[in-house]
Amino acid sequence: MEDSLILAAVLSLVVYIAIVIASTIVAARKGRSAIGWCILTLIIPIAILFVAIAAPAHTQTATSAAHYETGTDPGTRNLIARLWRNQETRSVIIQIIALTVVFTTLALILRNVVINLEGLGKEFSFKFLLYPASYDITFSPFIEYSSRSTHLRAAVVGILNTLLVAACGIVLATVMGFIMGVLRLSTNWLVNRIVYCFLEFVRNIPVLLHILFIHGLVVTQLPVPRQAVNFSDSFFLTNRGLFIPQPIWEPVAWVVAAVFVISISFVFFFRCWAKKVQDKTGRVYPVLWVSIGAIVGATALAFLATGMPLSWDFPELKGFNFKGGLSIKPEFVALWLALSYYTSCFIAEIVRSGILAISYGQTEAAAALGMSRNRTLQLIIIPQALRVIVPPLASQYLNLTKNSSLAIVIGYMDVVATVGGITLMQTGKEMESMIIVLLTYLTISLVISGFMNWYNKKTALVES
Amino acid sequence: MVDGAKTYEVGQHPEMAPPRSEVGVLGWVKHNLLSTPFNVVMTLLAIWFLWSVIPPLFEWIVLNSVWTAESRKECWDKMEVPEGAACWAFIKDRFGLFVYGFYPADLRWRVDLSFILLVIAIVPVLYDNMPGRKFGLLYAVAFPFITGWLLVGGFGLTPVETDQFGGIMLTLIIGVTGISFSLPIGILLALGRRSNMPVLRILCVTFIEFIRGVPLIALLFIASTMLNFFLPPGTVFDLLVRVLIMVTLFSAAYIAEVVRGGLQGIPSGQYEAADSLGLTYLKAHWLIILPQALKISIPGIVNTFIGLYKDTTLVLIIGMLDPLGVGRASLADAVWAGLAREVYLFIALFFFICCFSMSRYSLYLEKKLHTGH
Amino acid sequence: MPTSMTDGIAKDETRPPTKKLTVGEEVAIKMVSVHKWFGEFHVLKDINLTVNRGERIVICGPSGSGKSTLIRCINRLEEHQKGKIIVNDVELTGNLKNIEIIRSEVGIVFQQFNLFPHLTALENCSLALIWVRNKPKVEAEEIAMKYLERVRIPEQAAKYPGQLSGGQQQRVAIARSLCMNPKVMLFDEPTSALDPEMIKEVLDVMVELAESGMTMLCVTHEMGFATAVANRVIFMDFGEIIEQNEPHEFFNNPQSDRTKLFLSQILQH
Repeated sequence: MEDSLILAAVLSLVVYIAIVIASTIVAARKGRSAIGWCILTLIIPIAILFVAIAAPAHTQTATSAAHYETGTDPGTRNLIARLWRNQETRSVIIQIIALTVVFTTLALILRNVVINLEGLGKEFSFKFLLYPASYDITFSPFIEYSSRSTHLRAAVVGILNTLLVAACGIVLATVMGFIMGVLRLSTNWLVNRIVYCFLEFVRNIPVLLHILFIHGLVVTQLPVPRQAVNFSDSFFLTNRGLFIPQPIWEPVAWVVAAVFVISISFVFFFRCWAKKVQDKTGRVYPVLWVSIGAIVGATALAFLATGMPLSWDFPELKGFNFKGGLSIKPEFVALWLALSYYTSCFIAEIVRSGILAISYGQTEAAAALGMSRNRTLQLIIIPQALRVIVPPLASQYLNLTKNSSLAIVIGYMDVVATVGGITLMQTGKEMESMIIVLLTYLTISLVISGFMNWYNKKTALVES
Repeated sequence: MVDGAKTYEVGQHPEMAPPRSEVGVLGWVKHNLLSTPFNVVMTLLAIWFLWSVIPPLFEWIVLNSVWTAESRKECWDKMEVPEGAACWAFIKDRFGLFVYGFYPADLRWRVDLSFILLVIAIVPVLYDNMPGRKFGLLYAVAFPFITGWLLVGGFGLTPVETDQFGGIMLTLIIGVTGISFSLPIGILLALGRRSNMPVLRILCVTFIEFIRGVPLIALLFIASTMLNFFLPPGTVFDLLVRVLIMVTLFSAAYIAEVVRGGLQGIPSGQYEAADSLGLTYLKAHWLIILPQALKISIPGIVNTFIGLYKDTTLVLIIGMLDPLGVGRASLADAVWAGLAREVYLFIALFFFICCFSMSRYSLYLEKKLHTGH
Repeated sequence: MPTSMTDGIAKDETRPPTKKLTVGEEVAIKMVSVHKWFGEFHVLKDINLTVNRGERIVICGPSGSGKSTLIRCINRLEEHQKGKIIVNDVELTGNLKNIEIIRSEVGIVFQQFNLFPHLTALENCSLALIWVRNKPKVEAEEIAMKYLERVRIPEQAAKYPGQLSGGQQQRVAIARSLCMNPKVMLFDEPTSALDPEMIKEVLDVMVELAESGMTMLCVTHEMGFATAVANRVIFMDFGEIIEQNEPHEFFNNPQSDRTKLFLSQILQH
């Protein structure tokens, strides 16, 4: 226990020294005295910190700060007043006070945490991750999992499930959002208004309600497996999930895969070559159609040539449920659909305002030069619109990922439901579990923000 | 000048009406619905879509619905086709629960009074040109304490446990408290983020990015399980208070981003003018910078509020009974089980009315500010 | 004595040709009884106008008189509802082929420049050559540089519009239209959005263009430009052509009262 206290103190110190070094460098660049800054910001808070942590009997550490501030003799008071009036030193003083307050609060909190945990007989450690989880996760499409697997494995399954539903949601939401955004710009009044009503209706209702509603639909409206909705005896829609045939590839199918990859690289080279030809002679080749044709055609040819090396494992009704085939859980479908159409409403608005942000004069200028509507879109409108659209789009992707944490309500096992839910309740390790959950989301959020910043820098308009 | 048969003197040509196919109803239909073959197809598809969706929906919700019954069975017996229409009797029966939660029935007048006080407090904030505005603002500051006392009790009123709060009342409490307290905190965070002092800036950025990177549900879990650890042993905080704190901090981070955008939109000449007049940092911001920044950011702030208001439904996950929680609990009752659609529609309608009005108000504000510039 | 004319051809035979070249006989633009409405608002009332090849016409008038709308109808940026517009013997109707042909022969310079901000000056000029005329890149860039030199800013070819001043941007816009080798150039208040010290550089380019024989229709308030190069000045008010005359007569001998009022307002300073 004493170890934990000292560990906490040392950690805080390390972090603090890192901040001090960083801000000293910044201050030095701006021309202020680096050494003076260093001394001022290092000495006082460290002293106060040690007083706060190393002496648990004292609860009012702020009094030591107060003693220093007011001083007891006029000489000190005048010095303080002079320092306060000087702009530079005043900001230094304010920062010292802020740091002191923050670190004192942190130290107090840490102290409370340690005492409380000790009182409850809990230990702060991540060792519980290696204990067997003893609960089932029915949806684990990527790695093996059983109730004998460790909590760590359960956490990994949870994280993978979160990423899966987030990725699928992002794809579907983008497609739906772009379609609805373009429809919202349509000159057809009926289409425009219908989409507008739909968007307004969906946007003003909480996402949790959407998730519950879709899940309710899936669970109550869909039939039991014995009376499944049957598509040509191979696709079965039931309230236990969507069962689709699972593709089984024969070994020779690697030829088809290789042809697919080769045709994609061919398309890349073709595009480069077509651009060179256009630069040289001005002739424009229909790159889009050729690309699509090449990929689809070559792959289909390879598929036929190797004798169609694909067989299917059809789901079959055995007893009360289906066996075989691929089963897609209703919770996943419900969460995916609800998240997608909810986020797509916001994406539609972003797409619409992005395209409207491009002044109409751009279209007029391009038309006056004789450019066709498609070329105008491709070369003038879309490059400029993307610049406006991508940053808020990235925010919406982040929102979708965060909203996927509501999966716990319908029983989809994402990271909040596994680590933050069952593992937390079983092991009683609230702090450690929540730290894992928070770290997961912070990492995802950092990645998306990093991408956004990179994209902004790359496409910024050049201005003097 | 020749115009068919008539000739006019120079400069005397009268205003004429446009050709009939260009304006009026025909013109509108021609341009908006039938301008190209593709458009004609879309119009037909749209009409078919409306025709297949709206009449059945209307029938289910309004025409065939049952408003008085004692149980679901009775409700469905009253309909021609069981489940063929909405059973609004369920909502009527549980209406008190949906609005007040488990608040004691005889003390509900306190909740009603609080709501009226809320409306009175909001009006001077929303509409600029009210006489006696200073008075109204003073009242708005005292308002939280008055309603807090009314709702929780003590000091002469019968105390009511906060875990009896529920329903729409709970949504309003969390929403209004979150909104009013997160705004000043958010402004301070935004100012801190833009400050020249690296320490303040780093602290504010860390806090804002941390809060914006995690979902609200994680913070609510922390509030319900862990927040007690941060306090000296033996202190017990009401769950509602913990949730209010978390919601306020969460919303403050988003408000901070919106206000930061507003502050960036102010030309640096304003800061320079304030400085050259000799105003201190505090005075300059209070009198010059913040009024302008807040004006610009109001649409963003209202959007954050709408988001916060919708997010109040998340408290059902930690066991509090907002309207959705009340609905789900009522559905478990055997007498009324199976009426999920009615519950969801009712709550959807409630949120739609509230949030749509707020976004309309935001549009109204935007228009007002545009003409002001 | 020229009064308010329906067809005006100013063959200046009495005066020695100073900067004005002889105007050709071919008709470049012919507008017959053109009416246009914006909703209920009758913005162009019975416009009859003939422009010969090589003519330079300045259109002036109070704001809202329909001057911009008139020239924007010529390349179908606005649609006219009644009457006929014939450009270089091709009639302007809803027929997309005709619109394409007309647009390739008519260039326009906008008040707001409308340069493409994500492309350099050179790319702005060569874009249409590459994608509409299907020219090889090298040839397109040669042509673009030629016209950038003609408007006297070849050194700005690699700069983006955000890095150029207003006058430079407008000159790039002029070069961009010239690259398509138009037979008619339309100018929609080209200097109204410029700071005063930059107006001269753009007007110089326009004067040089006029002296090379280009058919030009300009909506502008720069009366000095009108006096220098215009064959005809047209005054429009409330959607009608009130008066047209050659500049000297127009400014010194306005016939209609409305013209007199307008001239007194703009020539004051």
